[in-house]
Amino acid sequence: MNELLTLMKSELVLTGIIFLLLFIRIGKGLKNETLLPLVQVLLLVNFIFGFVFNKEGRLFGDMFYTTSLIAFQKNILNLGVYLISLLCTDWLKKTPHLPEFFLLLLSALLGMFFMISSANLLIFYLSLELASIPVAALANFDLNKKRSAEGAMKMILSSAFSSGILLFGISLVYGSTGTISLPEISQRLDGSSLQVLAFVFFFAAFAFKLSIVPFHLWTADVYEGSPIATTAFLSVISKGAVAFIFMTMLFRVFQPLVDTWYMMLVILSIATMVIGNLFALRQQNIKRFLAFSSIAQVGFILVAISSNDHMGSTAVIYFVLVYIFSNLAAFGVASVVAEQTGKETINDLKGFYKTNPFLSWILALALFSLAGVPPTAGFFGKLFLLTAGGAKAAYWFITVAALNMIISLYYYLRVVRAVFMDKNETPIEQLKISAPVRLGMIICGAGIILTGLLSWIYDYIHSL
Amino acid sequence: MNLLLLIGAPLLTALAVLVARNKQQVKWISLGGSFLQLGLALALLLAFRQERAANNTAQMLFEQQYKLFQSLHISFHFGVDGISVAMILLTSFVVVAGVLVSWNIEKMTKEFYFLLLLLGLGAYGFFISLDLFILFFFLEISVIPKYLLIGIWGSGKKEYSANKLALMLMGGSALILVGMLGLYFTAGNSFDIMTLSKATISPETQHILFPLLFAGFGVFTALFPLHTWVPDGHSSAPTAGSMFLAGISMKLGGYGCLRVATYLLPEGAKEYATFIIVLSAIAILYGAFATMMQKDLKYINAYSSVSHVGFSLLGIGMLTQTAFTGALMQMVSHGMMTALFFAVIGMIYDRTHTRMVAEMGGLMKQLPFISTVFFIVGLCSLGLPGLSGFVAEMTVFVGSWENADAFHRVATIAAAMSIVVTAVYILRAIGRTVMGPVTNEAHLTLKDANWNEKLAALLLVAGILAIGIAPGWLNDLLRPAAEVIMNRIAGQ
Repeated sequence: MNELLTLMKSELVLTGIIFLLLFIRIGKGLKNETLLPLVQVLLLVNFIFGFVFNKEGRLFGDMFYTTSLIAFQKNILNLGVYLISLLCTDWLKKTPHLPEFFLLLLSALLGMFFMISSANLLIFYLSLELASIPVAALANFDLNKKRSAEGAMKMILSSAFSSGILLFGISLVYGSTGTISLPEISQRLDGSSLQVLAFVFFFAAFAFKLSIVPFHLWTADVYEGSPIATTAFLSVISKGAVAFIFMTMLFRVFQPLVDTWYMMLVILSIATMVIGNLFALRQQNIKRFLAFSSIAQVGFILVAISSNDHMGSTAVIYFVLVYIFSNLAAFGVASVVAEQTGKETINDLKGFYKTNPFLSWILALALFSLAGVPPTAGFFGKLFLLTAGGAKAAYWFITVAALNMIISLYYYLRVVRAVFMDKNETPIEQLKISAPVRLGMIICGAGIILTGLLSWIYDYIHSL
Repeated sequence: MNLLLLIGAPLLTALAVLVARNKQQVKWISLGGSFLQLGLALALLLAFRQERAANNTAQMLFEQQYKLFQSLHISFHFGVDGISVAMILLTSFVVVAGVLVSWNIEKMTKEFYFLLLLLGLGAYGFFISLDLFILFFFLEISVIPKYLLIGIWGSGKKEYSANKLALMLMGGSALILVGMLGLYFTAGNSFDIMTLSKATISPETQHILFPLLFAGFGVFTALFPLHTWVPDGHSSAPTAGSMFLAGISMKLGGYGCLRVATYLLPEGAKEYATFIIVLSAIAILYGAFATMMQKDLKYINAYSSVSHVGFSLLGIGMLTQTAFTGALMQMVSHGMMTALFFAVIGMIYDRTHTRMVAEMGGLMKQLPFISTVFFIVGLCSLGLPGLSGFVAEMTVFVGSWENADAFHRVATIAAAMSIVVTAVYILRAIGRTVMGPVTNEAHLTLKDANWNEKLAALLLVAGILAIGIAPGWLNDLLRPAAEVIMNRIAGQ
């Protein structure tokens, strides 16, 4: 019993919060003004609690396992959700169904936690579903917007489709190895063509979730239609969680098939970087722009995953941490602008610096970090991804990746240019920044600068 | 002397600027901070000479090492040899002059000075780094300030130029990055220059990595044909921005070509030396002839920079100790000279609101100080003995001549021919703007330089003269360091 409490600590705390919200909803209910700060505090507690009482072990007949690395991964996601609750305060306050929003959001997060901890295909599949179905409902949260409903529809269809493919892959794996326990599967894989086929289905399902080209087509529409809080969750938290489990699957379970997946990763990584970048070049809507740029970022993550070693996994986890700060800061600014003015395009940001210097600097920091320019942490993150990818001595591969960094710099600079340089007769007026939003942005800004300069963070992740 | 001061001083100055309350405070803090940096650089020079006089023959002095990212074997390792000391000195001169020249910036003063100081910080950090990763970090740190400086405070087609500059420099960085990772993995997981210089890297690998690194740094230092950002970038930048770009940033590239590419990959350098010589000879001549066609003063100096920096690269390509020394001297000399050139052009533009040679004339009457400085810097550019340009270019030629075969001789002669062309365009530009009758009535009411402009100009003129009249001290600094690099190429 005691073991259950400590090993499943993250999940239990989260479940506790979910139930608390549920009771509040069923009971008298609270006004958004009081409920939101409460949720924010709870999430902060949840995040801080993630640092303590971390034990390693297995549960439920080896279906569920946790290590200090997994605990850290979960806590990165906790941090992200906490930041979203801060940064999207403006929108959250107005939404008429605030408890439901967080119920769904945290359920999805819970699903991700179980997914990261799963050591068995059954629990893996269940948790994957738990992590995707609530998100589709979240995408539909702007109830009076058609686009939001459209995005949710696309999301649920593509989710269902990818789940189907995944199930097919699972059944083939089970058929060829006779087990659903992940450690045993990795022992019984021998590279027969049936197993390779099963793996391809597996891979495709992950590719859907990570929006790897050519499985990325749902991304932009869903991102554009969803409320920004959901978009941020989808593009940062959900991507991060899937990247973690994808990496574990490849490194631990499908290790015997490394020759197969190395080439797949290289080809898809290049396609993802190039196509994500090329589409991002022409976007006007900020959410779409960030959607395509996040596709390109996934391409860079794949570069590190292709390394197939500890350096690669450290680089990916570190990058996701940096990415949470950077991308959420960008979404945070977009959210403030969109909520108070209804404007969502890059052209609307022209002359933004004149009226909103604080938001402009945060946005610039975030974009530079996404582009990988020092002194931001994004520089270190990108560099370590490429370093990990270079371990296999595929120089042409990291050359392509490095050249893609130039393309991405171009479009990130486009936004910076609009904000700082372009003249505008009627720039966006001075926006109100509420205290939680400001706090969230300062955390992000500090994270963007300090995560890189404090090098022990990387070393700490490496030591886990 | 603790080298951390060289990073600490600009960093503190930049942070102090951020919390300053008004424009006056911003300016004076920046000026105080930049003079502090100049003092530190001079102190470093003295301390360095003392150590050397006391027969301290270690390759790098004042070394310190702090572990960062231990799992990747990266450490904040720094130290200086003669080359670094000379470059740091150059940087501090240009920083002070840049701050002084920008005294009248009204638009977003705080941000302007902050970015300017950040640029200086990047250069100091770059020149003292002995770890490739940290070196790369400091190299890249300067890209964003340059982009913003040009894009916000620039003139003309500034957005285009800023974009072009940022993207081309980023492209160069990408090449450096790949080359750097190649070194890291072939030489036993280390970014440390000292460690790498002792590692054995097979000639085949060197032949792959050298062009990546050399071309990468070459973008920064306007290696032909990767120089195209230079004319646009320099001409669109605000005065201090051009001074930093041409005076410091281009030197980062030259330093990298020598310290990283040539020093760490000697076999690669030998393999590609011919190629470098051809490219730099083309750059020298092309730059000179292209300058002939320019009508805008800033474009004149931008193209002539391409030509002058070509001498540095030519010296590196010649692979002799004297040529290396000359190349380094040329970097220092050109840094001072071109910064002064841009400063003077800025001063003229602030008064006449034009940079077109044809729209000016007889400025000497109203602007005697500025015109005199303009004259001095022009003479320095065309290589008049007694000024720094002559010393540096002469050393390059002497070094080049040490290679006795026909190819090197022809390249040297071709490069030397450019001096004639330089004389033509410099004398023509100065003659038309400064001499003769006043062609524009409006120019009769112009006021000569302010105290800050005078101070900036005098400082840089002093630098030029110090190298031109008594080049011995610079030679003493650079020659032993060049010898270390040469020894590695000779395989000792």
